[in-house]
Formats: sequence, C-alpha cells, structure tokens
Amino acid sequence: MTRILKGLLLPVLVLLVWELSARSGALKAESLSFPTAILLAAAAVVADGSLFKAALETFTGAVGGLAVGASAGILIGVAFGLSRRLSQLMRVTTESLRPIPSVALIPLALLIHGYGFQMESSVVAFSCFWPLLIITEGAVRGIEPRLIEVARVLNFNLVQRVTKIVLPAALPRIFVGLRLAAAVSLVVAVTVEITANPIGLGYALIVAQESMRPDKVFAFIGWIGLIGWSLNASLLRVQLKWFGRMGNWAEHTS
Amino acid sequence: MKLKNGPLMWLASLGILCLFVALWQGVSHLDLVSAVFFPAPTRSFESLWDQMRGTDFWFAFQQTLTRMAMGFVSASLVGIVLGALIGLSPRVRVYIEPSLELIRPLPASAMIPVFVLLFGLNDRMIVTAIAFSSLWPVLLNTVHGFKTVEPRLIEVARILRLSRLQTVWKIALPNAMPDIFAGLRLALTVSLILAVVTEMLAGVAGLGQNITLAARSFRSADLYAGIIVLGAVGYLTNILLERAENHLLRWRGH
Repeated sequence: MTRILKGLLLPVLVLLVWELSARSGALKAESLSFPTAILLAAAAVVADGSLFKAALETFTGAVGGLAVGASAGILIGVAFGLSRRLSQLMRVTTESLRPIPSVALIPLALLIHGYGFQMESSVVAFSCFWPLLIITEGAVRGIEPRLIEVARVLNFNLVQRVTKIVLPAALPRIFVGLRLAAAVSLVVAVTVEITANPIGLGYALIVAQESMRPDKVFAFIGWIGLIGWSLNASLLRVQLKWFGRMGNWAEHTS
Repeated sequence: MKLKNGPLMWLASLGILCLFVALWQGVSHLDLVSAVFFPAPTRSFESLWDQMRGTDFWFAFQQTLTRMAMGFVSASLVGIVLGALIGLSPRVRVYIEPSLELIRPLPASAMIPVFVLLFGLNDRMIVTAIAFSSLWPVLLNTVHGFKTVEPRLIEVARILRLSRLQTVWKIALPNAMPDIFAGLRLALTVSLILAVVTEMLAGVAGLGQNITLAARSFRSADLYAGIIVLGAVGYLTNILLERAENHLLRWRGH
C-alpha cells in the first residue's frame, strides 16, 4: 500500500504544481493548459464521440498494416530461419532496406495511395515487418535440433515440417514479436496521422493544436497513452495465459 | 563449394541486391508500373548524384544532422546522468519508477503538438521534440542497467573498501554499459524519425522537407533519392554508434 502511495506522490505533485502555477499565471496556460481543464476536455471528447471515432480509425490503419507486415515478416522469417544460406544471400538486401526510417516512406505512400487507410497501413506494414522477421528467424533457428530430427525420421515434407514442428515450437517467441509489433503499429499509425493523414487520433491532436486548444491536445495524448498501455497489458495477459512460463522464456530470449 | 559466412558470401549477397535493382530497372523499362510511383533506379541515382552536386542538398543534410545530433546528445547526457541517479538509489526509485512506467507507452510523436504550441514551428521545437523523445529509451535502459548490478559485486566492492564513487565508476557503470548502449541505439533511431517528422510538419529546410516537397510536385526520382539518403543516414549513424560501443566495451571480449 505504501509503495503505491509513494509511486503516486510524484505524479500528484506534478499535477498540483502545474495546476497552481497555470492558474496563478506563472505558466503559459494558453500553450500548456492545466490538469482540471485537461480532465474536462478528456471527458468531453468521450461524450461527443470524437474519441471513439478517431480511435477506431487509428485502429483500422494500425491493424491492417500489422496484419500485412507481420504475416510477411513471419513468412520470410521462417524461410530465413530454415535456410541459413538464404538468409545470408539476402543479407545485403535486408541490411540496406532496414535502416530506412519508416516515416521517410510517408511521402511515397501518400503519392501512391493518396490520403486514407491504405497509405497509413502500408507505412505501418513496413515498420512491423522488421521486428517479426528478426524475431521469427531467431526463433526458428533456436528450435531444439532433436525436433527437426524427429521431423526427418517421420519423413515430413516441408509444409508438414513448418506447420507441425517449426511454427508450434517458435510460436511463443513469435507472439512476443507480435506484441512488440502491435505497440509499434499504434505508434507509427499515430505518427503518420500527425504528419500527413487526416484521420484518427494523430489528426485529432493536430486539429486540437491548430485550434489552440492545449487542453484537448493533452487530453488526446492521455487517451493515446492509455490505449497503448492497455493494448500492451492485455497482450501480456494473453501471452501469460497461452504460453505461461514458455512466454517468460521467450521474452528473455527475444 | 561450401560458402561460409565469409566475404564470398557477402559478395554473393551483394549480387542478389544488384539483381533486385536490375529487376526494378527492367520492370520500369517495360512500363509495367507507372514511373510516377516507381521511377527507374538509374533515374533515382542520377537524381541523387545531381542533388549531391548542389549546395541545397548539403545545407539540408547539415541542418538535419545538426538537429539530430543536438537532440540526441542532450538526451543521452541527461538520460544517462538521471538514469544513474535513479538506478543507483532504491529509495528514489520507489517514487519515480511508477511515473516512468506511465510515460513509457506514449508514442514519441504524440508530444510534437505540445512543443508546437510552446515554441511554434521552428528549430527550437524540432530539437526539443527530438531530445524529449530520445530521452526515454536512454533513461529507462540506464535505470535498468544500474539497478541490476550483481549483489556479490557490491560485496566485493565493500571488501575492497571502495568509496561510493569508486563503486559506481568501477562496478555499476561497466555493468550498466551494455544497457545504456541498447538505449542509445533506440534513441538514435527515434531521433532520426523525429527529425524527419518534425521537418515535414514545420516546413524548415532539411532532408525530411526535401522528400515531402519532392512528393508534392511528383518528382518521384528525387523522392527515391531522398529516401535512399535517409536510409544511408540511419545506416551510417548506427555503424558509428556500434563502433563506439565495441571500442568502449572491448574489455568484454567475444
């Protein structure tokens, strides 16, 4: 109990100082607002439904990109993991594509798809592809060699080997990768919306900023943080439920 | 012939990349896709070469790298010092760690509108946004590095009658170094992303603005050239940091 209280001390203090200094005029309230106004704004965007509309748009963009990028990453990651030679042959190609910052692709995606979900999803897909490629490759390569021998003894063909041995054995670590990529997808989706795409939570932030409503800006930031936090927490719970200690092990080896 | 992880394999891998580029060239020659979206690589590299001979490009390059460096370096210094202070003292940690966990899931770009409201669309906003966003990975990793010192090593320090400062310098800091560098690597990526995004938003000269302008006027060869440059910046800065890490951590051996 005292631990929780001690942890709460700093945020409460910050909020209190913020509130008082903004109200007394020591802090620029027109650009920083103050906590009570932010709370009211946070409630207001829930009440008028704009939060849910924006969150839904961001989710659509993020999930679409995550699905495409993650599946491609897992597929190629399995191939690279099974064949060290393939992975090495593709190394220069992957190493020269990977350092491209995902946001550098925003203008290109905009050129190709115009505004909307597709453009957002394609940037998200690019950024979700890499973590899954790397984690899946590592996971497949880390599979107990005896399991591979079993597959050989049973005369499995490639498809059977992948679906019956490789994927189940690599699944805990791939799930960890998916969890990380889900967080990335949300961040990238919001970033794309802030930079270019006029939909979703990121654009709501920009609109609030352009109409000089810092209370609304902070309200949306708070909601975005909360959404990200609960997404990660629920995926962690799923990981614990499905994989138990295997998940913990995967966490530390990924 | 068995190719190991040697230079021959690397050459073969480079050959594969050249093959992909040749394929891209062939596809654009056959007009299979619109040149607006996928200009031929020869045109993209020609544009890159043209840009590099002008002064505008180098001005933008220098501007972006300066902003990145200023944000990254100040974030690293503050992050390492604060992280060490927090990580070394369990008593302080109880008060601060929960707040850090609250901030962790927040997307780096979400705070940009706040800085725009505070400073306007200028260099100061950009550097602050970069520094603020790169601070968290360094800080969180440094805290982790300092709090996970093997207790037996602390006992050794006590037996050797090392002073508090000596213990920090000779035992805690080397222990934290790998974590600190992991944080720095993340921060470097974040700083490039934030530099690009904020330049796009603020419309100030830089590599980020270059690609936005190229996309807006459908100069796709220039756009690809700009993306290649940003990829190269990401790659080279990462290599530099890796070199520094290998040099500073050479005592670890491999």
